[in-house]
Amino acid sequence: MTTDALAGRLPVVEARAVTKVFRMDGVEVRALDGVDLTVRQGDSLAIMGPSGSGKSTLLGLLGGLDRPSSGNLLFEGRDVATLSDDELARVRNQVIGFVFQSFQLLPRTTALANVGLPLVYRGLGRAERRRRAAAVLEAVGLGHRLQHRPSQLSGGEQQRAAIARALAAEPAMLLADEPTGNLDSRSGEEVLDLLARLHTEQGVAVVVVTHDPGVAARFDRTVVVRDGRLVPPREAAAMLASARLGTFGAARKRG
Amino acid sequence: MRFAEAVRLAWEALQANKLRSSLTMLGVVIGVTSVVLLVAIGSGARNEVTLGIESLGSNILFVAPGDFSFGSAPSLSRLTLDDVRRVGDAVGDPRRVAATIASGELVRVGPRRVQVNLNGTNETIPFVFDRTVARGSFFGEADVAARRRVAVLGADPVERLFPDRDPLGRFVTIGGVRFRVIGVLSRVGTTLGVDRNQETFVPVTAAQRLFGVSRVDGIAVKAVSPQDIAAERQVIREVVSRAHPEQDFQVLTQEDILGVVGRVLSILTIVLASIAGISLLVGGVGVMNIMLVSVSERTREIGLRKAVGARTRDVLRQFLLEAVALTVSGGAIGILLGIAVALVVGRLSPVPAAITGWSVVLAFGVSVAVGVFFGVYPARKAARMQPLAALRYE
Repeated sequence: MTTDALAGRLPVVEARAVTKVFRMDGVEVRALDGVDLTVRQGDSLAIMGPSGSGKSTLLGLLGGLDRPSSGNLLFEGRDVATLSDDELARVRNQVIGFVFQSFQLLPRTTALANVGLPLVYRGLGRAERRRRAAAVLEAVGLGHRLQHRPSQLSGGEQQRAAIARALAAEPAMLLADEPTGNLDSRSGEEVLDLLARLHTEQGVAVVVVTHDPGVAARFDRTVVVRDGRLVPPREAAAMLASARLGTFGAARKRG
Repeated sequence: MRFAEAVRLAWEALQANKLRSSLTMLGVVIGVTSVVLLVAIGSGARNEVTLGIESLGSNILFVAPGDFSFGSAPSLSRLTLDDVRRVGDAVGDPRRVAATIASGELVRVGPRRVQVNLNGTNETIPFVFDRTVARGSFFGEADVAARRRVAVLGADPVERLFPDRDPLGRFVTIGGVRFRVIGVLSRVGTTLGVDRNQETFVPVTAAQRLFGVSRVDGIAVKAVSPQDIAAERQVIREVVSRAHPEQDFQVLTQEDILGVVGRVLSILTIVLASIAGISLLVGGVGVMNIMLVSVSERTREIGLRKAVGARTRDVLRQFLLEAVALTVSGGAIGILLGIAVALVVGRLSPVPAAITGWSVVLAFGVSVAVGVFFGVYPARKAARMQPLAALRYE
């Protein structure tokens, strides 16, 4: 990624020396320790790292689901420390679209209603929500599944519905936590294709957390998290290179 | 989130768990049903009492010794026939004044006997209390003055004592003394549960001799019109107090009596309704319990809603509305059920049930309040969840 490419693209979210400390049974666990990371409009980023490295914690922070223990976290230039809970909820509603490994679709609710859910909290009426949700479902290739419940959809279809839900609010950034983790390789491939298409065609910033170097390779930029810190770019590049030779998995197990 | 949206959401959530919702509602249904029903019965009893007291006649003032209120012991009267005369002079028309002395007595005719409420009165009773005789006649002023042993029987004792004979001109024995029957009263309704058709009248003078006393228990005065009641009450009070400075007297109107009896019934109704209200409280605890279960079952849903932009207050409102929807549905069913049972009770029992608007409004309001009160804690619990932790909940 060159400096020229950054010109004119505003940061969606910026983490500056962000730390996150959890207290578990009186013991302090430093899940994140001084992370600097910026996601700009139209970015395409993969976050890799072994289990327990803190990458999910990082994703939670980037998605406004949690607040840092120290450091600064800025959404569209506004420090999260200055945002009220309601304002942060609005950021989640309007700036960020979340995609989860386990889809997190509401059972007993149609695809249409699931996709329209973020719009409920934007105060849109039912007809408008249905109209928009139908359009987004159409765009992800589920135009024929509007009235289906999650249990009536395949895993790949469920994840595409979840992506449609994330898109319905027209966010600046999609955050996906292991989006292919629960899918077979073909469905996973379809989901990745969809994410890539959304990135190139709609200019949505896409951030993906993954274990899989093959998945990471499909994104413009990859950062590696280890022990709560970002691995320096040169070392990360070496790790990724070795990962393609199959040693990354061993590193993952050690973590 | 729009309010209508939130209501729809709450309704859908209840629909999703029909059996659980119905069982949870049951507690509220039972509570509201019993409140509506008991208030209806209480109000019915009250109406019955009002009707009974009004059926005594209109514009009547009662002179009674002592203090007439709930719980006070009756005082022995020091009123005499002289007082009756004084009151008659004071109001300017002795025909509007009636004296009574009453006692439960056994009336016999040969082997037949019947217990009656024996009233020693003067000749003014038919006018003051709107009583009419079905046969024969009431006794007159001369009978009272001469202490004649004549009796006017109630409709019930006549049937028991003279099943197959004409009672007029025949003798009955009361307290060992023979009285000649000169009249039979027409049937009237009951008053305060007292069957007035067994009342039997004899001249007050004859009754005094029979009982061996010279007092009368009370004096009743019929005012000419409702406007005169206040003024006559004042006049009567003065006359009686002057004659008996040593004793307190009360001059009561029918409204005074209604007031006291009405208060007693109101207290009774409130106590019963409150006891029924306890089951409403228990129902509320059931609602809270189920809402807590529901919140913890739907932890991931709550996490997701927050992740896609639900604010704390959106989640709070969602779960609060669910609790209120439960209790309000239960309340609505309870109100309908209470009205239905009250109508059946009114048909089957002597106590007519009267459904009052305020009890229905109150029951509905209480249902809402129970939902809010017992729904707040689970809803707050849901609203305060951390989205990340909630999403990972298994």
